[in-house]
Amino acid sequence: MAQVKETAVVYSQEALAPDIFSMWITTEAAKEAGPGQFITVYSKDGSRLLPRPISICETDPEEGRLRIVYRIAGAGTKEFSAYESGDSIEIMGPLGNGFPLEGENVFLIGGGIGIPPMLELAKNLNCEKQMILGYRDENLFLRDEFEAYGEVFVATEDGSVGTKGNVLDAIRENGLTADVMYACGPTPMLRALKQYAEEHNIRCYISLEEKMACGVGACLACVCKTKEVDHHSNVHNKRICKDGPVFLAGEVEL
Amino acid sequence: MIKTAVTLAGVELKNPVMTASGTFGSGAEYSELVDLNKLGAVVTKGVANVPWPGNPTPRIAEVYGGMINAIGLQNPGFDVFAGRDIPFLKQYDTKIIVNVCGKTTEDYIDVVEKLSDQPVDMLEINISCPNVKEGGIAFGQDPRAVEAITREVKRHAKQPIIMKLSPNVTDITVMAKAAEAGGADVLSLINTLTGMKIDIHKRSFAVANKTGGLSGPAVKPVAVRMVYQVAQAVSLPIIGMGGIMTADDAIEFILAGATAVAVGTANFHNPHATVEIAAGIEDYMRRYGVEDINELIGAVR
Repeated sequence: MAQVKETAVVYSQEALAPDIFSMWITTEAAKEAGPGQFITVYSKDGSRLLPRPISICETDPEEGRLRIVYRIAGAGTKEFSAYESGDSIEIMGPLGNGFPLEGENVFLIGGGIGIPPMLELAKNLNCEKQMILGYRDENLFLRDEFEAYGEVFVATEDGSVGTKGNVLDAIRENGLTADVMYACGPTPMLRALKQYAEEHNIRCYISLEEKMACGVGACLACVCKTKEVDHHSNVHNKRICKDGPVFLAGEVEL
Repeated sequence: MIKTAVTLAGVELKNPVMTASGTFGSGAEYSELVDLNKLGAVVTKGVANVPWPGNPTPRIAEVYGGMINAIGLQNPGFDVFAGRDIPFLKQYDTKIIVNVCGKTTEDYIDVVEKLSDQPVDMLEINISCPNVKEGGIAFGQDPRAVEAITREVKRHAKQPIIMKLSPNVTDITVMAKAAEAGGADVLSLINTLTGMKIDIHKRSFAVANKTGGLSGPAVKPVAVRMVYQVAQAVSLPIIGMGGIMTADDAIEFILAGATAVAVGTANFHNPHATVEIAAGIEDYMRRYGVEDINELIGAVR
């Protein structure tokens, strides 16, 4: 029995941008967590039963802390955003399979709230890295923290900073190339990147998201469509929480 | 010494706590979180004779005090299930109850016959899933259909059969009596209540199937009432479920007439819920000086 739901402690919390919060949590899970994995966070209000899956932004195994950066999307995440240093927080993790560490010259691509898991990946990859970050507007949360790990390119939907448009527009405008792509973000972005990777013959890993219940692979709520019959499900479905959240783009249908 | 063992159709469970079908897979995933040896039984996710892909996503949505699901009975089919999941569960000292689903009477019979030489203890026949277009609930909302499918399954089953009843009916006691007339050994209730959630920001349905099954504490009073009514109407043992989150909830079902209880949605909120409920039932018995749990079954009339 390796896994437990635990009562961890909030080490610190701050707002990075409107509705975007960064929380450091003191937990044993920090020692095991790898880039691309996630934790589930449980509400303390009994009317909200389902845990919220949130990607791990960073870990500090020596201090025994991990960091989540998340957007307020409803009452549950709103509750978490009010937690203060010293408060308890119910979590389980690390869960799922994260990013493999591959490539000589790679793209790390994050769109919106898909940006945070790229930070821990950037820390762990020892190769040439180009970070392409897509934002809505000039609220460039985490952007400066990526600077230490390589060159950062920004796209904004409203054109206020960097390339006006999406992450692919930024890749094209700057003439960037890579041998491996890692991406997390909204499905339309991942769909476009999957196609781009196929056209340019680039190995592409994407991190998917879906409404989850159990978080451990039992309930079959958070499935994605797969190209081949999956060995576990015996149908064209994989479990995002257990088999993912990271998949080779070619494995899944978006 | 406290006695927590209960008997369902001749099968003795070490305690009355089991998992509710569909919330626990076949136990493998939760075995990293829960000592399966401490459960009265593991009830598996529904299995059909062939693989079913299930419904499109999103398949679930949270609602106040509960959730709506429309998984659509995704399952790997009998062969993978029998080759992988049954041998896995056999490693543990717990009873194995296989939930059986089908689109036609022949489908149910096919699975039941295939299970006849498998080392499983009981079969739970799902005639109450609200999320599939064929089979499922179509068998569970008409008393003649309930009696007919029960009789057919019973004729082909080697293990005792549990008929799982739907709450989406005018009078659940009519369905319970029909299942009893068809030869059911045990009844389990309730399956989920058909519900709906609309996302007002996207102006769309929260689950792709439009409707889904409501479960969790929000449904518990309905479930307790139905368990009580059915316990008065038939002489079969009942597995009670519907929003059980704590040992107190489980005791409530037992007092209403359930011989055993199943824990479902609670697993998502607290992965350790099943074993904590089993321990909490013992605490309750000690506190009130109850030596045998059987004294509590249907004790409130």
